This record gives sequence, structure tokens and C-alpha cells, in this order.
Amino acid sequence: MNQLIIFILLLPFLGFIINGLGAKKISRNLAGIIGSGTVLASFILSVVAFNGILQGSLPSSPVSLFTWIEAGNLRIPFSFLVDRLSVLMMMIITGVGFLIHVYSIGYMKEDEGFGKYFSYLNLFTFSMLLLVMGSNFVVMFIGWEGVGLCSYLLIGFWFKNNAYNNAASKAFIMNRIGDLGFLLGIFLIYHTFGTLEYSAVFEKAKMLPSGDSTLLWITLFLFIGATGKSAQIPLYTWLPDAMAGPTPVSALIHAATMVTAGIYMIVRSNIMFTLAPFTMGIISIVGLLTALTAALIAISQTDIKKVLAYSTVSQLGYMFLALGVGGYSAAMFHLMTHAFFKALLFLGAGSVIHAMSGEQDIRNMGGLKKYTPITFITFFTACLAISGIPPFSGFFSKDEILAHVYASNPILWIFAVIGAMMTAFYMFRLLYLVFYRDFKGSDKQLSHLHESPYVMTIPLIVLAILSFAGGFINIPESLGGTAAFKHYLDPILEASNQMHSSINELSHQAEYVLMAISICVVVLSILFARQKYYVRGEEPAMEKENLPMMVRLTRNKFYIDEIYEALVVKPIHLFGDFLLRVIEKLGIDRLVNGIGNSVIFSSKNARLLQTGNTGFYLFAMVFGIIIILLFNLIR
Amino acid sequence: MENGISTITQIIPPNFYLILSSLLFCIGIIGVLIRRNIIVVFMSIELMLNASNLLMVAFSSYRSDGAAQVFVFFSMVVAAAEVAVGLAIIVMIYRNIHSIDIKELSKLKW
Repeated sequence: MNQLIIFILLLPFLGFIINGLGAKKISRNLAGIIGSGTVLASFILSVVAFNGILQGSLPSSPVSLFTWIEAGNLRIPFSFLVDRLSVLMMMIITGVGFLIHVYSIGYMKEDEGFGKYFSYLNLFTFSMLLLVMGSNFVVMFIGWEGVGLCSYLLIGFWFKNNAYNNAASKAFIMNRIGDLGFLLGIFLIYHTFGTLEYSAVFEKAKMLPSGDSTLLWITLFLFIGATGKSAQIPLYTWLPDAMAGPTPVSALIHAATMVTAGIYMIVRSNIMFTLAPFTMGIISIVGLLTALTAALIAISQTDIKKVLAYSTVSQLGYMFLALGVGGYSAAMFHLMTHAFFKALLFLGAGSVIHAMSGEQDIRNMGGLKKYTPITFITFFTACLAISGIPPFSGFFSKDEILAHVYASNPILWIFAVIGAMMTAFYMFRLLYLVFYRDFKGSDKQLSHLHESPYVMTIPLIVLAILSFAGGFINIPESLGGTAAFKHYLDPILEASNQMHSSINELSHQAEYVLMAISICVVVLSILFARQKYYVRGEEPAMEKENLPMMVRLTRNKFYIDEIYEALVVKPIHLFGDFLLRVIEKLGIDRLVNGIGNSVIFSSKNARLLQTGNTGFYLFAMVFGIIIILLFNLIR
Repeated sequence: MENGISTITQIIPPNFYLILSSLLFCIGIIGVLIRRNIIVVFMSIELMLNASNLLMVAFSSYRSDGAAQVFVFFSMVVAAAEVAVGLAIIVMIYRNIHSIDIKELSKLKW
């Protein structure tokens, strides 16, 4: 069984090495097959491991490969933990990852960097698996950095475009800020508990009282790490820019898997967060703020991928909101359904972009329904799922989050419902603008419109089925289900659940009311979008027009990028400029050149002593000896 | 004959030897410094060498230590060899510049 776990990890790495070394030599078909095949094999092994865990045949203790670092009291083994939580993440990563790999074969068919692309994707899968499979914080951190690197490489995949490179650097730097927080958190964990193994750390953390100040700092630092990777306020601005990468990359890394690393990390260390109520408050507020801000921005974006990017940020905000009120299993559930429908939305958007020959502006689209029927149907499914229409998967996951939020604080719940309303609105705005009414692009694009090949549509169909049916694994008890998913995660959340047992228990009547309200709000919002963009056929305003204040604000993303530019980037540039002009040019350069110049000057004069006159030399010699003798005499 | 110092040596105090060899040495130095004829400069160098030889022999005698006398023989042999080389150089200089004036040899500078 142990070998199996290692193979899950090694297969994508093998794919990375083969595709990476042979990027130029291996044929495109082979590179695609290797890339997707290794991930498929990992997926199958993950399912086997999942089965093993359900039947109890797989031990849930860490599997150690070798001792990696040993110094004094510090001992860090390179070991993996496959338990209920990580096997779930592994299946999402490899399962959704496999579909996206297959889709990429079609999407990247014409690209010259085909082999390189697949090697990066495989490296990403490997790093992400490392992140979720590690049994201590250090192995998690390697994966954490690895996915950051792959994200950087893939955002800047078309590196000849300078704007894309800048987007890649932005993502990397923003992530570094978060990573620093994460790293400090790890240091503090080691300092406090003397170990970094999950089991030992959580065992010791359990003993601490609730509200312990050390735990507060640890969780705050870890949360900073999570805000970087999972694109929360204040570090979320990299994610929309990350859309510069190829669309399947946006689907895999920037929607389904990497950005959920922060949520995984918090669920993994749930006991520490449960014992730090102050951090939990901050998490829920940050999550809610992010959800609302991003949803507001998404409403007026005109780039199809930007809408989806802000939607991702907003949905991640929901997950953090759920974490903040202690709904760990709800967050994980939403993470999973979100992986399905958001990957589907991105892949659908990729299919649209493919059909439109690279066009991304939704103002030039419209009427694509009859040209790309499969894309339309699957996209429609995803829209229903993300809006939370029963019985699509998003309904169950979002509803569970809302129920948790209501149980914790009804005021937060009101805002969360407003967010859900906006979600439905911007998704259906996108749907109506892209697929309904008349085509608004150029004639050339019109003649080129076509449905994508099977290699792209089949992943769409599979994801659509998952988006539809994914929610059935966690039908709440109030609707006659068994909440199987929730109970599946119980062993992981045992300690936290004990502390939360008294709250979070709503009566079934209350749950029905909450569901009814959220469904009504969402349906109204969809009807409003239909009225506005389908019946009346309104168009998003062009840049030049005189926009109302609110539209202008949201269209420009609340000027957050500009504010960061003014507050952080500009001062750093000014400081760098100051260092260059004053310290470097006037200080260091002058010092170094001064030393050089003085040597040149003194040697220029000193060489004149060499007159060529032998008598003078002799005189100098004798004089020198006399001086030495006199000196000896005096001494 | 106490300490093995011969009577004739004891008659002359060591200061005399010191003064004599210092004088010889200074004459040598002054010769080197002020004369322009290469051969005279050369002779002055030999004078300095011999001043030190004299001193060495004198002390050897006072201390009844034969080592310094052996040293002096060595130094004389080396001096002979050096004279052979030095004179050869001087001959070559004369052949090249038709002069043995030290002031003429000032091409190696700066």
C-alpha cells in the first residue's frame, strides 16, 4: 500500500521529466498522452487509496520515505499522510486535473510550446499533490512553493508578451508576501510545539486553552499565507491578472486547485484555528469582504475570463467565510463543487475563446448558442450550479455555508445572501451576453465560429455531469439525505466539532426558510439579468462613454491596483531610485572610484622616482640603510 | 694565553679594528656615491667587502672561533667570482656605449 501512495506522487513527476527533457523531441500526441496518462494513473491510484481508507485497509499514519533534515532537536522526515482529507484533495486534483489535461491537448494544439506546457502542468500536479500529501508543514511548504512556481511559469507561458510577464511577476511577488506569513507561522509552530508533524502539533495544540495568544499569532500568520495563495483581501489582485495564462491553466491552477490550497491548509490545522476565535472573526470578515468586493467587480467586467476570475475570488471568499464561522466541512464541500463548476466555466470560456479565434471581450460576442451547442449547455449547467439552483451541486454547498453563517451570525448571513444574489446576476449576465441575441463580432470571426473538437467537449460534458450531480454526496438531513460528505470528514474535524457541538444546530424549519430565501433571491436576480440583457438587450457600456459613478468604480476594480501602485509600488520605486542616485552613485561609486583614482594618481607620481640614474639609486639605498640603522639605534 | 687569544692580538684593542674597518667601509661608501667612473665604483664596493672581512677576522681571533675565518674565505671566493662577472659586464658596457661613465647609463627609467 505504501508504494501506491508514492506512485501517486511520482507519476506526474515522471511525466514532467519526460516531457520536460524531451519537449522538443517527443511528438505532440505522445506528449499529450504522457501528460494526461500519468495524471489519469494517479487519479486511479487515488481512488484506490480512497477505497482503502473507506474500508479501513489503508493505515492513516504517515508513510515516511526518508529523513530529510536532522539537526539537534529538529527532525523533518519526508513523509506523506493519506487520510480522509488529503485523499479527497488528491482525487479533486488528479480528477479535475486529468480532464483539464485532456482538454489542453485540443486547446494548445497549435501552440509551439506544447511539450513544455505539459511538463509544467505535470510539475504543477506533482507540487499540488506534495502540498496536500505532506505529513508535516515543511513538506506542505515545498508543495506550496512548487505550485507558486508553476503558477508563475504558466501565467507567463506566452513569455514574448511583456504584459503577461508582468502578470506572472505580480502573481509571484504577491504570493511571496503571503508565503512569508506562512513561513513565519511555521517557525512559530516549531518554536511553540517543538515539532512540525501534523499529528504531534495538533495533539499538543488541543491542550492549549481557547484564545491562547501564541495560537492567535500562529493562526494569523498562517492566514496571511492563505490570503496570498487563495487570493483574499488584501492580496487578491494577482488572480485576475493571472488570466494572462492559457485558459486551461486558469481552470486548473487559478480556479480548481492551487487557489484552494489556503482552504486546505486551514482545514488541515482546524484545531488551532478553532482555538483562536479572534483569527476566526478576522477570517470570516475578510472572506465576506472579499466575496462581496469581487462579486461587485465581476458585475461590470467585460473580459470573459476576468468575470470568471473575480467570480473565483468571490467564491473563495465564501469558503473563507465558512471557515471563519467554523464550517470546515462546508468549506471543503464548496471547494469540491467549486472545483467542478469553476473548472467547467473556465473550460467553457476557453471553448468560446477558441471559437472566437482568441477574442475575450464579451461585448463582441453574443448568439453563440447555435454555433457551439455543447459549450452552451455545459456552460449553462455551470451557471445554474454556481448560482445555487437546486438540485445542482452549488445549491447544496452554498446552502450549507449559508446555514453555518446564519447559525453563527445572522448579519453576516444577510451580506452572504446579497453576495449570492450578485453571483447569480453576473453569471447570467455573462451567459446572456455571450450565448444569446445576435452575434456582435466581426464577419471574419463569424465565418470561423465552430464547436470545439471532442477532445475539448468531452471534458466539458464530464465536468457538467459532476457539476450537476456533485452535490448529491452531501444532501443535508433536512432534505432527507445523510450528509455523507460531512460525516466523511468527521474524523479530521473531531476536536473542532466537540467545541462547536452546541452551536451550528439549526432546526429543520429554519433551514427550509433559509433555503427558500436564498433560492428566491437568486431566481429574482437571474430574472433581472434576463430582463436586462436578454429581453431589453442592454449592452455593457464602452470605455469612452460617460459611465455612472458605481459602474466606473467597479469597471476599474475599485482602483485597487492603482491604490497599491501608489501606496506600495511607487514608494518602493522611489526608494530604489533614491538608493540608486544617492547611495549608489554618490556613495559607493565615489568610494570605489576614489580608491582606484588615488592609486592611479599616487603611482603616476611615485614612478617618477625611477630616474634611471644609478648614482641616485645608490644614494637612496645607502640613505635607506642609514635610516634603518638609526632607527635600530634609537629603538 | 688565557681564553686562547694570542698575545699579539691582545696588544691591539678591538676598538682599533672596529674603527679601521668602519673607516674603510665609509671610504667605500663615499667612493660608490661620488665617483662616476664604473671601475672606481667597483673598487669601492670591493673595499667595503674587505672592510667587513677584516672585522670578521678580528672578532674571530678575539673569540678564538675559527668559523668566521672559514666564512671570510668563502666571502673572498665569492668576491673573486663577482669581480670576474662584474668586470665582464663593465667590458660589455664599454663596448656598447664607449664610455665607463655611470651617468651615461640612464636609459632604464619610468
